[in-house]
Amino acid sequence: MLSRIAESLFWIGRYVERADGTARILDVHLERLNHLPTEERDKVARELLAVMGARPESDEFGLEELLHALAYDKQSATSIAGSLGAARENARRARETVSSGLWESLNTTYYGLNQHRKDVVGTYRFCHWVLERTAMVSGLADTTVSHDDSWLFLALGRSLERADMTARMLSTRDVLSAGMSWVNMLRCAGAYESFLRTRRAAFGDQHAAEFLLLDRLFPRSIVYALRDADECLAKLDPSAQRVGFINDARRIVGQARTFLEFHRTDDLMSELPEHMERVQKAVSQASDAISRKYFNQADELAWVGEVS
Amino acid sequence: MTMSDLFQDYSEAAGRTGAYDEMFTSGQQARKSYGQVAGALRELSLTDVTARADSMARTFLDRGVTFDFAGEERPFPLDIVPRVIPADEWTVLEKGVAQRVRALEAFLNDVYDKMTVVADGVIPRQLVTTSAHFHRQVHGFEPAGGVRVHISGIDVVRDAAGTFRVLEDNVRVPSGVSYVLENRRAMAKGLPEAFGQQLIRPVEEYPRRLLSALRKTAPSGVDDPTVVVLTPGVFNSAYFEHTLLAGLMGVELVEGRDLICRGNRVYMRTTAGEQRVDVIYKRIDDDFLDPLQFRADSMLGCPGLVNAARAGGVTIANAVGNGVADDKLVYSYVPDLIRYYLNEEPVIANVDTFRLEEKEAREHVLDRLDELVVKPVDGSGGKGLVIGPDASKDELEALRKRVIADPRGWIAQPVLQLSTVPTLSGDKFGPRHVDLRPFAVNDGDDVWVLPGGLTRVALKEGSLIVNSSQGGGSKDTWVLSDSPEVPVEALPRPSITVRERVSVWPVESNWRDRQTEQQQ
Repeated sequence: MLSRIAESLFWIGRYVERADGTARILDVHLERLNHLPTEERDKVARELLAVMGARPESDEFGLEELLHALAYDKQSATSIAGSLGAARENARRARETVSSGLWESLNTTYYGLNQHRKDVVGTYRFCHWVLERTAMVSGLADTTVSHDDSWLFLALGRSLERADMTARMLSTRDVLSAGMSWVNMLRCAGAYESFLRTRRAAFGDQHAAEFLLLDRLFPRSIVYALRDADECLAKLDPSAQRVGFINDARRIVGQARTFLEFHRTDDLMSELPEHMERVQKAVSQASDAISRKYFNQADELAWVGEVS
Repeated sequence: MTMSDLFQDYSEAAGRTGAYDEMFTSGQQARKSYGQVAGALRELSLTDVTARADSMARTFLDRGVTFDFAGEERPFPLDIVPRVIPADEWTVLEKGVAQRVRALEAFLNDVYDKMTVVADGVIPRQLVTTSAHFHRQVHGFEPAGGVRVHISGIDVVRDAAGTFRVLEDNVRVPSGVSYVLENRRAMAKGLPEAFGQQLIRPVEEYPRRLLSALRKTAPSGVDDPTVVVLTPGVFNSAYFEHTLLAGLMGVELVEGRDLICRGNRVYMRTTAGEQRVDVIYKRIDDDFLDPLQFRADSMLGCPGLVNAARAGGVTIANAVGNGVADDKLVYSYVPDLIRYYLNEEPVIANVDTFRLEEKEAREHVLDRLDELVVKPVDGSGGKGLVIGPDASKDELEALRKRVIADPRGWIAQPVLQLSTVPTLSGDKFGPRHVDLRPFAVNDGDDVWVLPGGLTRVALKEGSLIVNSSQGGGSKDTWVLSDSPEVPVEALPRPSITVRERVSVWPVESNWRDRQTEQQQ
């Protein structure tokens, strides 16, 4: 398949998942933010934005600005609206490859972005709506696109972004250590009921973090997402079956996963920030490696640009 | 419209009821505990309020927070104005509820054993033995784990003077706690402004408290007890609650047909073979629990459960036979029971109650049927209850006959003007009567009372019947905390490092510029 198309699909996967994760994080934290004194609230809003990988543009940064930055800002790749817009734009470029179901659901989502009130209560509804839309996009991608290379790129982007978003979710824990209980953390990932069923009576921060980090069966856990990414990479590159690897991305993803999976610790909570940093770094390196191997290079593009 | 419009005729309507209003003093001043709520409502217009109320109702329907009404799933109406209980009032309520639970626990242990309470002349033997829920099948053994009233709901109301009184005890299968959990979630999203910075005591720990109490009361010798919730099935009106509690505790929700009793032990059928069950949180009536002991035609229970409990092979929560303690005639003796068993004075008083078996009281009541509330002693959900002032002549006549035919079956109480809370009705707020059901969890060592509980509200103007089956709704119930725990935010925290996204914009670099142009 064309590299350009593969790249678009990869980024559709990433952006849709990013919108989903951001909506989850925003939904849960908003409740908490509301209950804080103004000064504290502005500080936490700023930190939350930092966890999501952005800096405030001006010194004035409060709840309203946070909502804009994470939900409604169409110009930013960190916000929900920006992510969904970019996903749609990518789908438009790969229009002939994606199924019409997938394209339409992304397009409908894009046009629905403006139909929400931008206050706190409206944002709750918005987050809820985004979760529904992204689930629909994911579902259509899984059921109406052949699971060939094109789907693999989509799934690859999705699982890498998912590992990244879960790592960010867990990083938000220390942003709001006062109110961000492990219950909210699990709700954030939609993992509350699953967690309860596996844990019987063992509750607490440590167990919840362990679940989101290491559970081998919960699809939004970091280990699960990284394994998914690894499997996609393996299928995309079937030549290296017996010994070694020839693909940097596989090395990075595989090492990150096994490091987590076989890491022994007595105090997961104190090591958590370090782990999260490692995961996020691995994801961005893997993403770069994938770009280098499969997609067009930026400098090549620039050269083409000169000719035309 | 502003708040003053929404509350335009409120003080007049509140004056008409003659009841204690939870939010306003008689001069239409918001009480201190309601300051934040009043402030939030002042900012909202009618459109805002109705939009939010609609969206809350929609969320309930989506989440399946429903009750079964005449075979139809209906969302449980949640009103947008919360009921707020100040910290000092709650301290008293909490103490009173726990006290009552301890007394009823002691009473149950006694009546299914030596009946010293009868021998000492505190309560007549006949009264106990004629209770429809006194089950001889469970006489003479202490249940495994030693607790009978694991979960209870003690209904309290506030009278016109503003004093809390206990209206009834529920120690069989008290329901409604699921609405407490759901109401809080819905309110946090529906009226976030009202929470403000006040400390409202959380309710989310209830399922964990419940699970830990159930596990703690497992038969002795079981290291890692398996707990299940036993439901009559999907047609039960409280089925939503059964699924929610099982889900939040992370345990199996079983029906009778999933269980087998063998050798006085209970097992459930699973794909991995039979698995031992140690604790059953029973959400079905005793009558249907065990066809070997109770109704032989019951398909809902499991034969052998009572014997297994007797042999100590399984803990059933709440214990079988608890109904004798929430019989409404026994209710009238509870203050005496508290003095007898605990040697304490009751913290919360009863509502004055006439025992119709006593000749004098009966004659007094029969003369004044049109001024009193008459209730069947074993009823629940407001079934069979007659409010004198609202009843027609024929109804009162029919009631008179039934009371004379079966005086043991009825009690009478004065009509209480339950306290009111502003409630959205049409395009404004009106005073509506409320009660309160705090829930208590007893693990054998300690009685824990969930902060708040379920506030039920009669949605019809002037109505005193709050039951959901008769047009009642509910309100989120906030208990304010006056002793803030040390906020963790005060502790030094490592600063957050901003790790900017390395993600490239994967479409041509001029896309963003073009998009801006298009928007302009």
